[in-house]
Amino acid sequence: MKHFDIAVIGGGAGGLAAAEKADRLGMDVVLLEREPFLGGILNQCIHHGFGLHHYKEELTGPEYAMRAIDDIERSGVTIKTDTTALDYKKLGGRFTIRYTNAEEGERTIEANAVILTSGSYERTAGGIRLPGERPKGVHTAGKAQRYLNIEGYMVGRKVFILGSGDIGLIMARRLTLEGAEVKGVAEIKPHPGGLTRNVVQCLHDFDIPLYLSHTVTDVRGDENLEGITIAEVDDAMQVKEATEKHFEVDTLLLSVGLIPDIATLGDVHYAIDPRTNGAIVDQTYQTTQDGLFAAGNALHIHDLVDFVTEESLRAALQAAAYVKGEVPPREKQVDVVTGETISYALPQRLNGDYLDKSVTFSLRSRHAYEKGTFLIKQRGETIERFKRRFINPAEMEHLVVEGGRIARGSGVEIILEGSS
Amino acid sequence: MKKELICIVCPVGCHLTVDEALNVSGNRCKRGIPYAKKEMTNPERQITSTVRIHSEVFNRLSVKTSAPIPKAKRFDIMRALDEIDLTPPVETGDVIIENVAGTDADIVASRRIEK
Repeated sequence: MKHFDIAVIGGGAGGLAAAEKADRLGMDVVLLEREPFLGGILNQCIHHGFGLHHYKEELTGPEYAMRAIDDIERSGVTIKTDTTALDYKKLGGRFTIRYTNAEEGERTIEANAVILTSGSYERTAGGIRLPGERPKGVHTAGKAQRYLNIEGYMVGRKVFILGSGDIGLIMARRLTLEGAEVKGVAEIKPHPGGLTRNVVQCLHDFDIPLYLSHTVTDVRGDENLEGITIAEVDDAMQVKEATEKHFEVDTLLLSVGLIPDIATLGDVHYAIDPRTNGAIVDQTYQTTQDGLFAAGNALHIHDLVDFVTEESLRAALQAAAYVKGEVPPREKQVDVVTGETISYALPQRLNGDYLDKSVTFSLRSRHAYEKGTFLIKQRGETIERFKRRFINPAEMEHLVVEGGRIARGSGVEIILEGSS
Repeated sequence: MKKELICIVCPVGCHLTVDEALNVSGNRCKRGIPYAKKEMTNPERQITSTVRIHSEVFNRLSVKTSAPIPKAKRFDIMRALDEIDLTPPVETGDVIIENVAGTDADIVASRRIEK
């Protein structure tokens, strides 16, 4: 059985960054990717707007992927594409991973640590209890994006989009440029889910109406989609009477959220945070399973790929330290709790014997504020404060607390005091 | 005639109003003024799309304009892309169409496809 220091699961932006970093730190690394190509979802995100933080220039998704792929191909990482991990086991403090691909058949490898960078999947029609029939022509927006940008198929000609997240907005523009008529975008919340820039350049630029506080109340069609109905919702998200609008469409795209894709790890168990649907981790990105690390969208949903890359680099640094025996065992645990204006924060707990190293918190506000201050508290005392402008639930915040600031003895509380 | 638009220079998203004489109001900082004037006189956009390629893995090659192009030329560029039919290899940055639709910008590959 071939042995590696670290196995990285998933070769998108997160996995590419983590594997290359671990290799540079002297680790023997294997990267498993289920698609025949590396780069993950970046391959279908052909629009620009990536890389401003990490590469300090504006790139398209494929260009961002190419940079990371060039780096990994120059490294010593063993890359296995078109390869599916079948199951995971942990024996004697080491992981065994059984995988399959066309070239090797079925094989098992061993690794001291595993980094999960397996990305996310899209919430579906069933996941939001979409009313009405289920004819052909109802797709998730990311799947339609893959059909169009990689496989070369138009999903339809008369389109409606439910959900104003960035993927939905980007697809509204993309389908319009390709000759489809996008009749509208409905958003159940009173404000758009995606960036203002995308509302302007994807919808306003093409006179596509955005129906805020609206949702789909009916889907019609026997075999193929024939039409949908939308209606206005009130503050309690209940449908208001006599506000229906009907649209004749052959395609309904759903852009209604992403969920970390960490479904099957066989016998290897770890705790999940119901707020993120991803793993609970400590400041080393280690899950509750010793030696199992998670980063990128497999851990929590990111709005910028740059942040996926940077989080994965931090996770790889810690995974390498773990393999080298530099991370102390987790005997003393410090819990992290958040105030009610914060929807979630990572890490959810801290290794109390590793607090001489800095801690990066990633978190999201529950509400939009023009200004706000994040307070890190212990025993009711503020130990660090971070001022921010234009806080928005759609934009992840990062707070870096230097080593030695957090004490071992008691829990950490993160509070956001916002003002409009 | 007055026109309303949302400034996208920064995350604030000011609601701007521009009149015929290009007077801008509603901006909370001075960066909104050149943005609004440019949008009213010569709005430009970057176009990203795909072209046909006969590859073992991909049916489409992603491409982009090498510079922002006049917004009014968007659909002319899309029509020009429909004519393209490529065979690998293609390298990131390869010029696929020079001076596309008379815009002085080129269409370039935004990825590598080896085979």
